[in-house]
Amino acid sequence: MRTDVLLAILGMAAVTYLCRAGGYAIMRAKRPPPFLDAMLRNLPGPIFMAYLALALMRSGPAGLIGAVVVVLVQWRTGHLSASILAGIGAVWLVDLLASPL
Amino acid sequence: MAEASGAETRGAETRGAETRGGPVRFTRDGVRRGARRAVPLLLGLLPFGLVVGVVSIGHGLSLVEALGMSALVYAGSAQLLALELWSDPAPILAATMAAAVVNIRMAPMGAALAPWLDRLRGLRLWGTLATLVDHSFAMSMAEIRAGGRDAGFLLGTSLVLYFGWIASVAAGHLLGGAVRLPPGHPLFFGGIAAFAALLVPLWRGARQDLLAWAAAAALAVALHRLGLPLPLLGGALAGAALAAWQEIRGAR
Repeated sequence: MRTDVLLAILGMAAVTYLCRAGGYAIMRAKRPPPFLDAMLRNLPGPIFMAYLALALMRSGPAGLIGAVVVVLVQWRTGHLSASILAGIGAVWLVDLLASPL
Repeated sequence: MAEASGAETRGAETRGAETRGGPVRFTRDGVRRGARRAVPLLLGLLPFGLVVGVVSIGHGLSLVEALGMSALVYAGSAQLLALELWSDPAPILAATMAAAVVNIRMAPMGAALAPWLDRLRGLRLWGTLATLVDHSFAMSMAEIRAGGRDAGFLLGTSLVLYFGWIASVAAGHLLGGAVRLPPGHPLFFGGIAAFAALLVPLWRGARQDLLAWAAAAALAVALHRLGLPLPLLGGALAGAALAAWQEIRGAR
């Protein structure tokens, strides 16, 4: 491995580990106040909604339809692989239907 | 309490670990269960890993370098962004900063996993944190909310995604130009689909979540021009703050 590439990888790895462990390390040293504690407990939904909104903004209407299908299948069946495959299938179908126009 | 004794938990780790319904544990069984639950997520990860592999070869990274990056950094969007900036010699500072900017989102995730992590020490704690990713975070939070008390679950989900990530990057690098998926190919929707599906078990009902989730989405979209990580962090933190405010107000 080239030294410059290795150094870039090690730099990336170091800051990424700091991101992964740092938030918890700070919190372990000093308990958060109640509001921050409540925020952390409520973080998962909003963070994934933010991801999803940004991704769907780029993917257009086919992505929106796909996401609705994914949520419906996941909600009804609870099967992660089924819902992901159904979503891919739905986007594929919408693309096919839209392409000859 | 029989299930909490034995090799998997020792003295200090479980001391004072009583929470609702029993102590937090870290068992091989939990690791296995987390691993099984994460397998479907590989469907969402595969196209993304293939792309990172193909882009790596496009920027002149050898297989060992591409896999070294994937194994040590293990963060898809950060790797992709760093590769966008890649040059020869490698941009050490720019790549490091790119990784920091994209991955800062994971700092609050580790903190949010405190109900489990607080009961771990040493390698189990700091090693598990090294494998944390978005999807294992979402699955583990859903598990915590469902009353799950085996912290091995987090490591199990993360490890499956870790090896899946390395394998898919390797496949992308080896196949190189042979897998030329156009950018809008439906397979890429697998990554988005995984996020959408993971939201379902996190939903606790409209009273607790509707406003906060809608605010997170709206603010992320409103800030999207600012570039990573601001739309993501802004939306997520604003949504979480709104939910926290509702929760504390409701408790009074």
